[in-house]
Amino acid sequence: MGNHISLLLVIVPLIAAPLVAVLPRGRLPWAVSFAVSVVCAVFAGIQLLSVIQGGVISYELGGWAPPWGIEYRIDAVNAFVALIVSIIAALTLPYALHSAEREIPEEKIPTFYSALLLCLTGLLGITQTGDIFNVFVFLEISSLSSYALISLGKSRQAFTSSYQYLIMGTIGATFYLIGVGLLYSQTGTLNMQDMANILPSVLHLNTVITGFTFIMVGIALKLALFPLHLWLPNAYTYAPTVVTVFLAATATKVAVYVMLRILFTVFPQTFTIATPADELFIVAGMAGVIIASVYAIYQKNIKRLLAYSSVAQIGYMALGIGFASVTGLMATLIHLFNHALMKGALFMAIGAIIYRIDSCRLDQIHGLGRAMPWTFGAIVIGGLSLVGVPGTAGFISKWYLVTAALEQSAWIPVAVILIGSLLAVVYVGKLIEALYFKPVTDNGKTVTEAPLMLLVPTWGLVLANIYFGLDTDLTVGVAEQAAAILGGIKP
Amino acid sequence: MDFIIGHYNYWVVIVLMMVGLYTVISRGNLVKKIIGLNIFQVSVFFLYISLGTVEGGAAPIIAEGVKVYSNPLPHVLILTAIVVGVATTALALALVVRIKETYGTIEEDEIHNLDHSL
Repeated sequence: MGNHISLLLVIVPLIAAPLVAVLPRGRLPWAVSFAVSVVCAVFAGIQLLSVIQGGVISYELGGWAPPWGIEYRIDAVNAFVALIVSIIAALTLPYALHSAEREIPEEKIPTFYSALLLCLTGLLGITQTGDIFNVFVFLEISSLSSYALISLGKSRQAFTSSYQYLIMGTIGATFYLIGVGLLYSQTGTLNMQDMANILPSVLHLNTVITGFTFIMVGIALKLALFPLHLWLPNAYTYAPTVVTVFLAATATKVAVYVMLRILFTVFPQTFTIATPADELFIVAGMAGVIIASVYAIYQKNIKRLLAYSSVAQIGYMALGIGFASVTGLMATLIHLFNHALMKGALFMAIGAIIYRIDSCRLDQIHGLGRAMPWTFGAIVIGGLSLVGVPGTAGFISKWYLVTAALEQSAWIPVAVILIGSLLAVVYVGKLIEALYFKPVTDNGKTVTEAPLMLLVPTWGLVLANIYFGLDTDLTVGVAEQAAAILGGIKP
Repeated sequence: MDFIIGHYNYWVVIVLMMVGLYTVISRGNLVKKIIGLNIFQVSVFFLYISLGTVEGGAAPIIAEGVKVYSNPLPHVLILTAIVVGVATTALALALVVRIKETYGTIEEDEIHNLDHSL
């Protein structure tokens, strides 16, 4: 197999997706999907190891040599992101079994898993490919399947939020397509590496600058960078919880990866820094952190609260990109990983509550923390990680982000990061207050702890939050290597 | 003048792009929004096809006596993009059908009122 792993990572879920759709109802579709996600996680792990030890993997699809054929080009950056995506998938699927049975009509279960696998295919494809147009294709595979997944939500708002996401997502993808076309017209290539070699000689052309701008705006829409985040809160709130867990932990992360690739691999860093792109990222990041956190505080729906918090966390990643230094990029990559862990854990815990009481309103969960101690514990630790308390993964990301800001004596971003953490204390505090300190609303129902199948994946992520808060060898080591590849030169 | 006439296909692209984007933003009817989205996407198809044209080039099929061919790659790319566009439209229309079934309307403002009057 050896090198074929890079391709298999995309092919296996792609082939499994239609297969799952035609399987009989019952638990078979789930079992196959789970097996596929585990296989992907193993492949991604092997791939990351071989990249760290043996350097860049270049896989020529169908034996056509790049730049003519499509090339999958794996270095530490995308191997890392692919591992995040596939591990989250492997953890989400055991969780999906009960949660999906509760929230999705039985006859739609096989197609649900099929769409989930397609979404996984798209996300992994984006991370694997070294072809800029191929990114668009995979982006649309993942987006189209996530629109379908979101529309499976119980309430009718699921349809409208899916529609809203579809419109904005398609505009984003089309902007990306325009940008790619303009770049192709000047470089005559679609291979990222080849384009990176040719671009420096044509950078002064207006066409290239316009193309760059279109790609930036398009991807910013996909990654829900403030103020282009409007689709995200609704989509996360009304989607089935499993879908929210999966998308919150992976979709925006992959978009951040594409952004990093375009900004730092395809375009020379000197160009990126000469344009206002880096300043814009800092401004949008700061605005996102503050405004989205304040919005989160006023939410009455716990899923929407966490969704706004996601927008704020994307703001932190944008800050790291904006600093454009090695430490800044490291902070972004580390936060990419850590945020997947903490949001995954939090949404899973919230999902366990929804599983029991069938509601995600803040005033319906009063006192549930005492009835569901393990779920409550997961929310507390996930919340602390979100705030960035030492000993949790969140602290590590904030630490590197603040270091990156201090390196450039950027005092305002430092203040914003700290204020953002304080605001996180408020909204996490609201959750914990409602869950533990408010008296139980007596409606005659006794609530018991969530089933084990929901708790185990949740706690898997919770423990990972603690583990990666104490032992940073893996995250920081890989992020360091990845940031060095991306390069980042501003001191 | 030559600049305007010589690039007429690009002017068409820009006009279509703006018409499409404006329709998506300004219309409250969900189907009209999809139509706008389609016009927007079609403008990008035109852009790509224009990029592939080589002056005096023939269709990229090897034939005797033909020396200059158009660039086939943008055409191939846009075939992919058309497929994606069709899939998006189909999905969007399916969603609109479900919205009509559950809300009884496909006007954005009426849906908004229905959701917030509860």
